[in-house]
Amino acid sequence: MKTVNNKAWLMVLPVLLLVGLSAIIPLMTVVNYSVQDTFGNNEFFWVGTEWFQEILHSERFHNALQRTLLFSALILAIEIPLGIGIALAMPKRGIGVSVCLVLMALPLLIPWNVVGTIWQVFGRIDIGLLGHGLASLGLDYNYTQNTFDAWATIIIMDVWHWTSLVVLLCYSGLVAIPEVYYQAARIDGASRWAVFRYIQLPKIKRVLLIAVLLRFMDSFMIYTEPFVVTGGGPGNATTFLSIDLVQTAVGQFDLGPAAAMSLIYFLIILLLCWVFYTVMTVSDQRASATKGRNH
Amino acid sequence: MATIELQAIAHQYESGQGSASSDAAEPFAVNTLDQCWPDGGAYALLGPSGCGKTTLLNIISGLLHPTAGSVLFDGVDVTARSPEQRNIAQVFQFPVVYETLTVADNLAFPLRNRGLPRLDIDSRVASVLTMLGLQEKANLKARDLSVDDKQKISLGRGLVRTDVKAILFDEPLTVIDPHLKWQLRTELKKIHQQFQHTMIYVTHDQTEALTFADRVIVMHEGSIIQVGTPQELFEKPQHTFVGRFIGSPGMNVIPCVVEGATAIVGEHRISLHASLGSDFRNSGLQNTELGIRPEYVRLSQEQGLPAAITAIEDVGKHVVVRVMLAGHELKAILREGELIPQHPKVSFEPGKINLYENAHLIEAAE
Repeated sequence: MKTVNNKAWLMVLPVLLLVGLSAIIPLMTVVNYSVQDTFGNNEFFWVGTEWFQEILHSERFHNALQRTLLFSALILAIEIPLGIGIALAMPKRGIGVSVCLVLMALPLLIPWNVVGTIWQVFGRIDIGLLGHGLASLGLDYNYTQNTFDAWATIIIMDVWHWTSLVVLLCYSGLVAIPEVYYQAARIDGASRWAVFRYIQLPKIKRVLLIAVLLRFMDSFMIYTEPFVVTGGGPGNATTFLSIDLVQTAVGQFDLGPAAAMSLIYFLIILLLCWVFYTVMTVSDQRASATKGRNH
Repeated sequence: MATIELQAIAHQYESGQGSASSDAAEPFAVNTLDQCWPDGGAYALLGPSGCGKTTLLNIISGLLHPTAGSVLFDGVDVTARSPEQRNIAQVFQFPVVYETLTVADNLAFPLRNRGLPRLDIDSRVASVLTMLGLQEKANLKARDLSVDDKQKISLGRGLVRTDVKAILFDEPLTVIDPHLKWQLRTELKKIHQQFQHTMIYVTHDQTEALTFADRVIVMHEGSIIQVGTPQELFEKPQHTFVGRFIGSPGMNVIPCVVEGATAIVGEHRISLHASLGSDFRNSGLQNTELGIRPEYVRLSQEQGLPAAITAIEDVGKHVVVRVMLAGHELKAILREGELIPQHPKVSFEPGKINLYENAHLIEAAE
């Protein structure tokens, strides 16, 4: 017999209250703004889905979305393989482990706007080591005027800042592989690639999924660093969704469109995370489905 | 298939991070030893946990480079070669499977890595699948199988190559169900008889060692104590350790004093003539001990040395009786149907007594 004790709900109450106050109520405020228009004085007019339609048909939104998607795609394409590569190359024992781990953790400990400032200064052609160095080599580098230079600077900055996270996650998966797997691979005459493909990759798959999700979400929502370095420029070249959203909400004080935009933004992230998760776990499900049929 | 020769092999694991102070403290995992195991034999390395048997196995397979000495296959020095170059198969204690591959692909893996023709691979895989009873699971992903089946795959990967120099097993049946264990051991024995591979089997289980191997190598604290057939290990243990380790229960070892050809235990006198030959004479032996298998200890009403029963253990197929003889505990195994005497007298079967000096067997003069 299972005893049902409704008093247990009281235990959950504090959490519900906390989540309600911190997440649900602010979110409902946003929902509220997204379906109304206001001209100040706390006067609101019902507009239905007008703001949503406006955003979905706005070229400005489409461009920002495309830039953000491209940015995330480039970040994942660079940081995931690079992170795996570095994790594979890291020593498994000895003094080198601590040295590597500390070096890897350092960029993660720097506040985001400081990262932005570091690279903003680093890239300046008058005083920055990178900018001035490239200029004195005769290269025409200027992230404030050249779109490609601005993108390159922001992407290299993000790679510098966040690849460590992928490295640390993959490394934790790699060190958990028992030595006997490598011994068996040596006995079986497996190549380096086969060891990676059939031993290391399957074993780090789960942490890799977390790494991909985290890096996707963070890069898709990136705001501080490009804001500090390029401010969204040159022109709108590095105006990502987040920067666009802040401009709409705070710069232009268009609360309705900004609210509609943030809800769409949120749903896109949710959708893409679900896609990543499904794609990366689908082989597991297929395997257990086969197993289910055989038993 | 190859004759395996070990010349002055010794191994010492590196101590921690190698600070100067701890270097001296690290003992040898394997002490200097020389062995030659002829081609096609089934050998068992038997010993308690931590005796160095796995270390020795890894030295033979090439996973471990010995601190000193050399390994020879058919007279060729292979010490510097990798496991792949040595062409060795090895099965580990815990299942190692390539999880994302199917059972059949797992078995094909060592063959594909060596670039065998597809048809050969398919036929080898099919025969190993049949051998292990995994045909129906051939297309399942290896990670979805039970531990038993995973270990079967590990075994299978060891058996799939026909051209290997030797197949090494490192306690391969530890995780297997007892019932299946028996079956797989029989299967291995059959494979050995069929293909005549040199097989080396590491185990701490004497039953496994004695049933699998033609020759058993008993190890203790990094040294080989005795190499012999199961029969030799049972009848003539070279060292009291072997006597105690092999047998269930192990050999009775009791301190004694030797006078002429008589062993004196307490106030009892036991003749050694039958075991050590009629012209055996004590020539200043020290620290002598008498070893007698419980199977050869007789309890009767009529004749022998008086003893007191301390415990009786019925282990099913026979009864183990513990008695005290002159302050030393002795175990005796009663044959089926034998009654336990009320006031037992202990006698030893003539010719089955072993005499040890400083734990080493004193051989009978020929």
